[in-house]
Order: sequence, then C-alpha cells, then structure tokens
Amino acid sequence: MNAKAIVVTSGKGGVGKTTTTANVGAALARLGERVCVIDTDVGLRNLDVVMGLEGRVVYDLIDVFEGRCKLRQAIIRDKRVDTLHLLAASQTRDKSALSESRMKETVRALLDDEGFDRVLIDSPAGIESGFQVAASAADGAVVVVNPEVSSVRDADRIIGLLEAREINEVRLIINRLRPAMVKRGDMLEVDDVLEILGVKLIGIVPEDEKILVSTNIGNPASLDDTTKVGAGTAFRDIARRIRCEEVPYPSYEPQGGFLAGLRRLFGGA
Amino acid sequence: MFGLFGRRKSKDKLKERLKLVLSYDRAKLSAGNMEELKRELLSVIKKYFPAEDNDYDVKVEQHGDRMVLVANLPVQAP
Repeated sequence: MNAKAIVVTSGKGGVGKTTTTANVGAALARLGERVCVIDTDVGLRNLDVVMGLEGRVVYDLIDVFEGRCKLRQAIIRDKRVDTLHLLAASQTRDKSALSESRMKETVRALLDDEGFDRVLIDSPAGIESGFQVAASAADGAVVVVNPEVSSVRDADRIIGLLEAREINEVRLIINRLRPAMVKRGDMLEVDDVLEILGVKLIGIVPEDEKILVSTNIGNPASLDDTTKVGAGTAFRDIARRIRCEEVPYPSYEPQGGFLAGLRRLFGGA
Repeated sequence: MFGLFGRRKSKDKLKERLKLVLSYDRAKLSAGNMEELKRELLSVIKKYFPAEDNDYDVKVEQHGDRMVLVANLPVQAP
C-alpha cells in the first residue's frame, strides 16, 4: 500500500481489529519499518494489553492532544522489536476528548518529525465520532471482516464511509475463516465476500487458537516465526503485502483428509 | 448449489440475503418502503393493463457504480 497512515476498522466490534493492528504492526516492524500503532478506542483501550505493553503506559493520546506531555513522551517502545511503538488510548476519558484536527497533527508529526515509516490507527467499533477521528488522519484503510452476516453488512457501511472521506486505498482482511465450514457450504467463501463488498483483498486469516494463547501472554503471534501455518503467518503475509510484496495466498483447505495428506506429501499447496 | 443430502448450502442463502439487504442499505431505502413502492407501481400498471397481483418483482440492483431500480411486471395484452 502507498498509504503511510492506515486505519484498521470494521464497523462491527469483536471481529479482530485490535488483534490485527497488533500483529500486522509487529510484523511490519520485524520487517524493518519504524512503526507506530495508535489506539483510538478512548475509554476502552486494549491495544496495550494485546501487545503486552500495559505496564509501561504513562502518558496517552489524550494527554498529547491536551498538551500534558510531549508526543515523544507518550510513545512506548517495544522491547522485543525496537522499531515497534505504541501510542495508547486514554482509559479514563471518553470519545468526546478526541479531535480530528489534533489527530491529524499527531499523525503528521509521527511521520514527518519522529521519523516513522508507518502509522497503524486502531479504530473503535461503530461509525460515530471515534471511528471518524481515527479515519480522519488516514490515507489508507484496512477493513477487517468476519465471513458472517452482521460483520459483512457493517463492513459495507464502513467502506461507504471511507469512500465518502476520499480514502481510496481500502483493502480487506477476511479474519477468522473456518476452512471446514467453508467446505461444508456453511460459511461464505473468500470470493463471495469479495464479490459482495467489491474491495481488494490483502489477507485471509484462518481461525486459530494460537491467537488467544498469544494474546493471553501479550506476545503477538506474528512474532513467532517458527510456524509456517495459521494466523500468525497470515498476519506476517499481510505485512509483506502492505509493503507491496507479492505474497501468494495459501490454500485454506481443511487439513487431515486423505487427499490433503497426499497433496502435502507431493508438495502441493 | 445443493449439498450431498439435498440440503441447500446455508452460505448461498446468506449471500442472497446479503446482496438484497446491501442493495437497500446502499440506496438508503428500507425493505418496507420497497414493498410500498411495489404496491403503488402495481396499482398504476393495473390502470393500463390487466396484471396479476402475485407475479411481479421490483428490486434495486447495483450495476457498477450505479443503483438501478429493476421492475419485472408481467402484463396481459389489453
């Protein structure tokens, strides 16, 4: 993607925005980019705990907006990947403390003055002020969708609102795909979702228990590069695609069947 | 379209429902309004042609960037 400031959004809550922001941010940083992830879910902050940085938050985004600290003081550097940084949301305020002009200034300063290559903005759920402020500073968007009815409908609404903001680089992540259900015909396929929503794909993330385990311990799954399958790998692939690399999509055929075993044996996808 | 045991795949049903509901969402219409529109259209058509009440179809379709109102109203020759 050409966009340097990318909002991660979905409309519906609970589809994996924060997990996606943490994992893709960590993977981009591992690839050498200087990355800052920003939590804009004021009052319901979670990006800090998902990334395992909750113990290090002193100042937050609203402190920056209201001049209680310098921008640099609020940026938390990750100890595992030193190019990864977090700007936390305030937990004690509400969304009325957000401001589009302050948000734009802050993101501009991160890119122009603080030397960041990429800013990922984790949007709150909904289509109200929190989302609007998160989107206001972005020049690109990643929409996270689960292949189910309410998430797809809300994603369509969000895509309309992003277009209205003239954010033209909009990409889709299909999250929590369950290959066995797709195979049975009980879950929308990737092509179905793309046909319905009409935006370009940037990632397919399978449902994966490892994500819960990695968030339990506050260590993004994408940083574990010992595995070559599952959600962590899918998030790493997304980071590479954001950097305009061509990364083929693995097949998410359910594993374990006789044919799948044969295909694996003979090196197929 | 039909599974092993003749059961229709639930995702095909979902896809159909989503396409319909999104066409209304995008056009900022409610499904209830469309029913009203159908009734009114039919009453106008009936002034000019004999028509059946149950054999018509009015919907909004997405054609590229444009929303198109598609009405299929079979009539008997007057």
